[in-house]
Amino acid sequence: MPQADLLKSLDYSVLQQCMHCGMCLPTCPTYVETKLERNSPRGRISLMRAVADGDLDVSRALSDEMYYCLGCLACQTACPAGVNYAELFETARAEVEQAQVNTGMQRGFWRWLALNVIFMRPWLLRMVGRVLRLYQSTGFDKLMRKLHFFGLLPRSLAKLEPQTPRISEHFSNEVISPEESPDGKREYRVGLLTGCIQDLAFSNINRDTADVLLANGCEVVTPGSQCCCGSLHAHNGELELARELARRQIDSFDLDSLDAIITNAGGCGSHLKTYGHLLHDDPFYAAKAKVWDAKVKDIHEWLVQIRFRKPTAGAGVNEVTYHESCHLCHGQKVVSQPRQILASIPGLVFKELPESNWCCGSAGIYNITQPEQSQKLLDRKVENLRQAGAPVVATSNPGCHLQIANGIRSCGDHPCHEVTQPVTLLARAYHAERS
Amino acid sequence: MARVNQIEASLIQTLKEILSPDRVLTSAEDIVPYSFDGTAALKQRPGAVVFPLTAEEVSECVKLARRNNIPVVTRGSGTGLSGGSVPLSGCLVICLVKMDKLVEVDEKNLTLRAQSGVITKEIDDACAKVGLFYPPDPGSMKISTIGGNVAENSGGLRGLKYGVTRDYVMGIEVVLPDGTLTFLGNKCVKDVAGYSMKDLFIGSEGTLGIITEVILKVLPRPKARKTMLALYDSMDAAAKTISAIIAAKIIPCTLEFLDRVTVQCVEDYAKIGLPTDVEALVLMETDGHPTVVEEEAAQMMELAKANGAHDVRAAADEAEGAKLAAARRNAFSALARVRPTTILEDVTVPRSELATMVAFIDGVAKKHHLQIGTFGHLGDGNLHPTFLTNERDHEEMHRIEVALEEIVEETIRLGGTVTGEHGVGLAKKAFLKRQLGEGSYELMRSIKQALDPQGLLNPGKIFDLRN
Repeated sequence: MPQADLLKSLDYSVLQQCMHCGMCLPTCPTYVETKLERNSPRGRISLMRAVADGDLDVSRALSDEMYYCLGCLACQTACPAGVNYAELFETARAEVEQAQVNTGMQRGFWRWLALNVIFMRPWLLRMVGRVLRLYQSTGFDKLMRKLHFFGLLPRSLAKLEPQTPRISEHFSNEVISPEESPDGKREYRVGLLTGCIQDLAFSNINRDTADVLLANGCEVVTPGSQCCCGSLHAHNGELELARELARRQIDSFDLDSLDAIITNAGGCGSHLKTYGHLLHDDPFYAAKAKVWDAKVKDIHEWLVQIRFRKPTAGAGVNEVTYHESCHLCHGQKVVSQPRQILASIPGLVFKELPESNWCCGSAGIYNITQPEQSQKLLDRKVENLRQAGAPVVATSNPGCHLQIANGIRSCGDHPCHEVTQPVTLLARAYHAERS
Repeated sequence: MARVNQIEASLIQTLKEILSPDRVLTSAEDIVPYSFDGTAALKQRPGAVVFPLTAEEVSECVKLARRNNIPVVTRGSGTGLSGGSVPLSGCLVICLVKMDKLVEVDEKNLTLRAQSGVITKEIDDACAKVGLFYPPDPGSMKISTIGGNVAENSGGLRGLKYGVTRDYVMGIEVVLPDGTLTFLGNKCVKDVAGYSMKDLFIGSEGTLGIITEVILKVLPRPKARKTMLALYDSMDAAAKTISAIIAAKIIPCTLEFLDRVTVQCVEDYAKIGLPTDVEALVLMETDGHPTVVEEEAAQMMELAKANGAHDVRAAADEAEGAKLAAARRNAFSALARVRPTTILEDVTVPRSELATMVAFIDGVAKKHHLQIGTFGHLGDGNLHPTFLTNERDHEEMHRIEVALEEIVEETIRLGGTVTGEHGVGLAKKAFLKRQLGEGSYELMRSIKQALDPQGLLNPGKIFDLRN
């Protein structure tokens, strides 16, 4: 068995920074579920440290544990010692992948197809999107469901089918021009990242993001074809592919000419801000990546930073609550800004969601790899949304958006019937000013 | 590094029969995370970890361990800071986190009954729902278990006014070292039937028995609270303020301080706008009836100014109070980020000696070229000198040992205790005899000897059984 030694070669002080005080335990969704230390952040770190110390072999059980972790980073918010769990968790997953302890033809094939093929090629990803769109728009999916075709698939796949995102009629490059200028005075020039899932399923949210930027004096530069940011790869143990994508991403913008690079997906943003670390050994990109990190801004963070203009009209919604994307609040520490944006909209009552920063179970591809635990977290979220009682929930990550939409749809009688995003509501309010 | 599992396969099988297979952990991946608690630099891998759901199951496990001469270490959430629940190599760990039923809140008798694995904060939350209050608030209350709090006699920020865990324990259900299940105490405020046996087990650190359920005393929840912050140019002035407040017949619920090093670290980390040239920052809170709280707060602020505080602020409401409390709340986090290893001590001196002790610690840090931030509880003399270091730097770790030795000497000289709220465990074992003297040290050992002659419950904690 090939023994990788990523954990052994990791700067030991990152592991050592954990003083195992246990403050992370009550914030960890998997620990709270099982009350077993190995399912907790400090437990997982102790396993990583045992591997680094040579006291523990890299095993299938270790791999299972690293993939049971949601990577929600709630532990990073709770940690008094500032442990960089994101780095530890990515390194540990890369270690178990390199050690090849997690065998299985099927897993290997799907990983290869997704990580090495589809998500490395934006044109291919959009082609997959087009096929899915055709399949959905012709009603073929409904026919298949009527014929109980999915009953023929393995149960795990059949269960996923209803979760397939509804593909947008147009992709981002069809609704946003490569350069758009604000009507009034140009105050800033920013790049806009359109994402992968966001591009396929929510290009309208990308349009809304461009609109609110334009309404606030930002010239918006949006390359028509953008690659995946690589967060999917980094979180799934493929650090080399993640580095390759980071280089391409940096190259797709003229950094010097931009005041900021805007992302509107919590999960992507959290990863996009760590290119500096990811590429710190790269002689050509290390310096550029540092500049990149400093310029990447979450849309809410940016709007508050530039003192966005408060809309004078409403968004056509009376009450809203807000679910926090883990990587926006725990990863990027963007907590108050989305709430400030919602609170700025006239006539919109903001209702706080109980456990608003508790993971919804989407967690990248966790809902596919760990459907059972994912469903438990979704049920918890759906119940909290019921308690909040608002008809609309805003969030800021395509994964959360799809997961919560599936959750409330399957309930039937849920008081919350619309999932949207803060920028969408803000864009609606700006539009309403003109009418 | 191969480690021998001292618990034989046949015993594991029996444990699985007593409990259920999924509540007996033995694989490396499962038990490595139980090798430590919240104490820095202490680690030993147990042989197995079990999760009973009832006192009867605990009793069966203890009986089995006794028959087979296997050491037993009891554990809650493993947040202790003296190594009290650090396992012995190859021992049986009985983890009580799954015994988490809050049995009743009795509003007529002002008591609460809970299994040992219930989280401390959940106890106070349950009280709050019916206007009641469970005052002990150890720093780890969001995850610590009530069983662990009772076994360690945990303190918290409200010691001066409300006392510590011991003051709230009315009864405990306990499994003795021979497996006998018994109940000590009851819901009666007055009870003089025989020895107060429950008190023997409170703070016994898992060496005399395993606490499986508790009856706690609870109080009416205070209706109002006011938070204030005062900054000083000398620790002496801060200490004088406290004496003046107490002389004025006011017992505040919180009197916390941060020393200069801690204030600087907090400002570096949290950027909350604190001046970094102060010698002491004091957080004060008073709670109770709204009018009394207003009156006391005004008096406390005047006394602070009169005794040399150069800046005194009061919060207008809860939200502002939280802002003022941010410095104290961030103290440990701020210190813990400075270096890879953080060693949190809890030496305690009589309140009147606090300023002397803080100055002494400062001197020790300078003498041995160490980073020590001190914060803690001004009201009850409980200090938290916090060593910022790297456990892999053996030379510096040695200097810390010497420094700690000097701090302990001075603490004892001033009539203090080596541990105010963390317990002896492994961390303070070496100093215990010096503080207690021969007589009471031997008395403790003879009690242990009488209850647990085989020395199987948490052996080696507090003291060794034989010389």
